[in-house]
Amino acid sequence: MAPSRSLPHFDKATLPLTSDEALMLYEDMVLGRSFEDKCAEMYYRGKMFGFVHLYNGQEAVSTGAIKTLRPDDYVCSTYRDHVHALSKGVPARQVMAELFGKATGCSKGRGGSMHLFSAEYGLLGGFAFVAEGIPVATGAAFQTHYRRNALNDTSADQVTLCFFGDGASNNGQFFECLNMAALWKLPIIFVIENNEWAIGMAHYRATSVPEIYKKAAAFGMVGVEVDGMDVMAVRAATLEAVQRARCGEGPTVIEALTYRFRGHSLADPDELRSRSDKEFWMSRDPIKTFATYVLEQGIVTQADLSAIDQKVAELVDEAVHFAEASPEPAPQDLHHYIYAD
Amino acid sequence: MAEMLLFNALRAAIDEEMERDPTVFVLGEDVGHYGGSYKVTKDLYLKYGDVRILDTPIAENSFTGMAVGAAMTGLRPIIEGMNMGFLLLAFNQISNNAGMLRYTSGGNFKVPMVIRGPGGVGRQLGAEHSQRLEAYFQAVPGLKIVACSTPKNAKGLLKAAIRDNNPVLFFEHVLLYNLKEEIPPGDYVQALDRAELVRPGQEVTILTYSRMRYHCLHAVKALEEKGYDPEIIDLISLRPFDMETIGASVRKTHRVLIVEECMRTGGIGAELSAAITERFFDELDAPVVRLSSQDVPTPYNGALEKLTVVQPEQIIEAVEKLVHGQV
Repeated sequence: MAPSRSLPHFDKATLPLTSDEALMLYEDMVLGRSFEDKCAEMYYRGKMFGFVHLYNGQEAVSTGAIKTLRPDDYVCSTYRDHVHALSKGVPARQVMAELFGKATGCSKGRGGSMHLFSAEYGLLGGFAFVAEGIPVATGAAFQTHYRRNALNDTSADQVTLCFFGDGASNNGQFFECLNMAALWKLPIIFVIENNEWAIGMAHYRATSVPEIYKKAAAFGMVGVEVDGMDVMAVRAATLEAVQRARCGEGPTVIEALTYRFRGHSLADPDELRSRSDKEFWMSRDPIKTFATYVLEQGIVTQADLSAIDQKVAELVDEAVHFAEASPEPAPQDLHHYIYAD
Repeated sequence: MAEMLLFNALRAAIDEEMERDPTVFVLGEDVGHYGGSYKVTKDLYLKYGDVRILDTPIAENSFTGMAVGAAMTGLRPIIEGMNMGFLLLAFNQISNNAGMLRYTSGGNFKVPMVIRGPGGVGRQLGAEHSQRLEAYFQAVPGLKIVACSTPKNAKGLLKAAIRDNNPVLFFEHVLLYNLKEEIPPGDYVQALDRAELVRPGQEVTILTYSRMRYHCLHAVKALEEKGYDPEIIDLISLRPFDMETIGASVRKTHRVLIVEECMRTGGIGAELSAAITERFFDELDAPVVRLSSQDVPTPYNGALEKLTVVQPEQIIEAVEKLVHGQV
């Protein structure tokens, strides 16, 4: 068992939600959950292959953070990237088709589960080596900084959200990029999804100071911890960080304490995590707790939520039909995309 | 035409391209206030400021990845490897992200960037500062690899590399920065994918690149006096090879000598030899001969270092043997 770390409390009353906002957040989380459940089903039915890392349980982080962004902002992800892509607006059918390896996938069937990309939706990619996306995201933020400061482009106020896990926070690229981002006040937010486990390595066994957000202070940067099972807490912290980044006041570290409800990947026997831990986190399911809250507060009705459940189920089914009906990449195009013209 | 030292030709190329295109910028260790370890970017920060001539912390993998992200989103970074060997620390970003990302992303992004700096074996710099990374990186899909060798081609090739929409590894040689040559005036650009015919000849094709071009020229001078007529081709492009120019020469001479500074195992010459044998076997009157560096970490001791790298006498001997059918 990991030494227990108390979860930060968020006072929901500090983030008033309109019914439209509440439904938007709920829909995005349900989409993430339903999409991933469908992926598991398709994987076991032999429709997708390779390593598939599902996001179940962590939805509040993707939704809470990414749904604060504008379409022209950037998101950089990891191998666990399906739901980040969906939150950023990449159509579910394009993501599903990519997982099926089809030509209509967002990476044209060349990337697969761990390498989702979309220039159109500002998704810089799924990066499958731990921590290698952090420098790339830092570069996108540098580009915004460059346009604003070297080219005097006053419209350059885009923000980059860089996602990675607790495991990546022990890698040199994390520290190197925190240093550069703080040094140059880059408009980037490092969102650490601390789900306590790097495959089978418990975070507290790998990290001398397990509170990752505290490492921001060493770089003169704001670092906050949030309850990663509370979409409103993540949203509130990100709104503040986005505001800071857009104004040129520099980067932020957000450590979201969360948990994955499934193994590391669909190939992981998941033998090391204790049942009591899983039960504790499952009882804090971000979708259920958010639904309960917005119903109790009278912000939405059960009918509203049920309508969304229905809509998302249809959307995910449609994505599967689209993926199945889509063509395979043409064999003669094997060498296509190696070089740009 | 103005005479220029090679490092100044590189500087002129960068200056001209930065003036021409505001998205071009330089980053790396000591490229700004210090002017670059070989003064290729001297005083450019005074003209372009600290953002466009970006001094980075010593964090090769991270600033290389940062350049990839900047390139993906519309800029054209030029990374200076203070010594190209240091970029072993950036192997992951160069391979996974600079080289492969365009393909992996299904064409969503392009990565127009140049990674340039001094490579090769210098004078007693020791093993770590005497590396030939072109051999290690030649297998990475999506990279272009170029080696300049004269002030003229240094300028023309670097300008082309900066304008290219792909990641280009651009090798300079630590011992060639002070070469002097006349440079064509104006906007001189040289194609990245074309080999250079250095000396036309009939008897044997010598394929070389970077500093070994001068060892070959030195050897050929002696060979000329003995009545031989070798052809020298500077490969320029190490990935992909200019098989058209190489093929035309092989069809003429039917004999090939490769002279490289790479180590023998897995070197540029190994790949080139295979490519020639596969494509032009019927044209060959003798096996392709390779002269490469020894498979040892480059020793500090001057005499041992000399033994490690190909010397002109070996080239003379190899040409004579090839021409006389003794191979």
